[in-house]
Amino acid sequence: MQRFILSKKNQIALISSILIMTGFISKLIFKNEVIFSWAMIAASVIGIVPIAIQAYQALKVKVISIDLLVTIAVGGAFIIRNLEESAVVTFLFLFGAFLEQRTLNKTRSAIKELTEMAPESALKQMENGEFEEVDVDEVDVGDVLLVKTGSKVPVDGTVLTGEGYVNEATITGESVPVRKNVNSTVYAGTILENGTLKIIADKVGEDTTFGKIIELVEEAQDSKSETERFIDRFSRYYTPAVLLLSFIVWLFSRNIGLAITILVLGCPGALVIGVPVSSVAGIGNGARYGVLLKGSEVIQDFSKTDTIVFDKTGTLTIGNPKVADTKFYTDNTDEVLNCLASIESESGHPLAKAIVEYIGETTLYTVENTDVVKCGGIVATVNKLRVAVGNAALMEKENVHIGDTVRADIEHFEKKGNSLVLVSIDGDLKALIGIRDQIRPGVKEEISKLKRMGVRNLIVLSGDNQGTVDLVANELGLTEAHGNMLPEDKADYIKKLQKEGRVVAFVGDGVNDSPSLALANIGIAMGGGTDVAIETSDVVLMNSDFSRLSHALGLSKAIANNMLQNIIIAVGVVLILLASVFFSSWMNMSIAMLAHEASILAVILNGMRLLRYSVTG
Amino acid sequence: MQKATIQLEALVCPSCMQKIENAVKALDGVNKDSVKVLFNSSKVKLEFDAERLSIENIENAISSLGYVVKKSQVKS
Repeated sequence: MQRFILSKKNQIALISSILIMTGFISKLIFKNEVIFSWAMIAASVIGIVPIAIQAYQALKVKVISIDLLVTIAVGGAFIIRNLEESAVVTFLFLFGAFLEQRTLNKTRSAIKELTEMAPESALKQMENGEFEEVDVDEVDVGDVLLVKTGSKVPVDGTVLTGEGYVNEATITGESVPVRKNVNSTVYAGTILENGTLKIIADKVGEDTTFGKIIELVEEAQDSKSETERFIDRFSRYYTPAVLLLSFIVWLFSRNIGLAITILVLGCPGALVIGVPVSSVAGIGNGARYGVLLKGSEVIQDFSKTDTIVFDKTGTLTIGNPKVADTKFYTDNTDEVLNCLASIESESGHPLAKAIVEYIGETTLYTVENTDVVKCGGIVATVNKLRVAVGNAALMEKENVHIGDTVRADIEHFEKKGNSLVLVSIDGDLKALIGIRDQIRPGVKEEISKLKRMGVRNLIVLSGDNQGTVDLVANELGLTEAHGNMLPEDKADYIKKLQKEGRVVAFVGDGVNDSPSLALANIGIAMGGGTDVAIETSDVVLMNSDFSRLSHALGLSKAIANNMLQNIIIAVGVVLILLASVFFSSWMNMSIAMLAHEASILAVILNGMRLLRYSVTG
Repeated sequence: MQKATIQLEALVCPSCMQKIENAVKALDGVNKDSVKVLFNSSKVKLEFDAERLSIENIENAISSLGYVVKKSQVKS
């Protein structure tokens, strides 16, 4: 019975509003006081029932709730025969709850969209070899599944047979289809746009990357900062305190009207709801833009960041070195390139890979007597020629003469930030190759956006030599650059910055930078959906997209502001109402209820603005 | 101790959280420090002793307050 009444709250509000209108029409137009009174009594009675039930249920578990305050207030209004007010107050309270429900659902919509992308069913291979549709919960690791065109990949798995294009936007934020064939990894929640895949399940349910992202976002939207915990504690004692206050007022003034007005206006709704709506709307916005913010503590800290420290390789740069400059000291370049490709294709060194990629398809000779010189390069016999590939130190060891022109070239190449590879054949220098990592596109604009947002110190720390790091810093307009740093040096440097009182965010790829990520006030991982990155950091930029960084920072600032505005609205309304109840004559219960409900809607609507946030300029 | 995640119908009123929290904490066999009511995702997370009460007991305590339990998951 109780549950039935509660489920019909919205209809009750509707009936109540009709009764109230009937009452006022009969009073103002037909001057009929009797119908007016009965209509108001009826509206009050049916309106108070669901509220009273909620109040009673709360009391059973020892909670003094807003419903109790309203129930007592309406009862009091009845006693002093203020029927008009009791009817209007119950109606406003019910109608307010209805509006809150509608608007709250809206603020939560962004996150709901995300969770609804979770796969629900899978085609699982049964013992008889047939594929049958089952609930995704029934899939275990090791099961063989069939994924058809247009359907969602149900688990994280490996492709056994078939090929196709998969849209991985749910994981990476990038909606360009990715080609998958045998042995490719596929992720739960991504969509197979064409083709058919047979996959084996590696991770299921909450263990999948998508499952982790959802869990993280869900945890984040309800995680609480210090301020919020304070408000929670405060509101726990606040409601009983209002009850006590109104009782004391009644005891001294014997004025029931005044006492019940205090009950109504003391309702703390906006205060309790204000901060959570900001965080749910803000985090939801982030999730849409590929920015995962792990909770309100993170948001508060991030919004105050004045120093951002970057890792260089893989963060500011693509992390994939390429041949940028070449110079040959012979006319027979083909022979040099062939020898070079032959040697380098046997090596796994990043520079060697870059060279092989640069040369492309060519004639390969047999390579004999390969000797890898530590910190130098490779010496080998190719096509009966003695070929040395490596740095200047190796050339010296090989007694290769380096003339003045070459020396000038080397200096010139180094200035551009290249790592150098020299090639000699039978003791003569034949080629100079400059290899460097490319700066990610758009990083420069992003850095200047961050500056405009008030980040004063932008620092790059790298294991590369100082010259290379300086060059990157100059090109991007960073404020400081430090090279030759090991992971532990980076961590120490961050500690030093924090001692100076700076709020430090560290941006890294999350693989070898975990100490720095953990140590910084805010660890930001450029993770293409990798587990480590998602777990160790405070903020995850999906798809390693650098341009999300300014969105993340701007959004954090906007959320922090929004929370503050909501607290001010909530506290302000209560203070103004309390003041006016004592110092003005126009305050009554209905106005108090109207203001209370309006302030709740105001904070929800204010929070909703965050759903539309995007970085400008 | 078993870990339970109970999904409720969307929570809208702020005082719901306190009610649900108190009701669940009052049950014998529930680890009081573990009870978390998540307002935005409308979930209750808690740890309980399966020998002293069942998940149904917990669901009943919540639904008798007037909140609809959509589904619950128990993990040991």
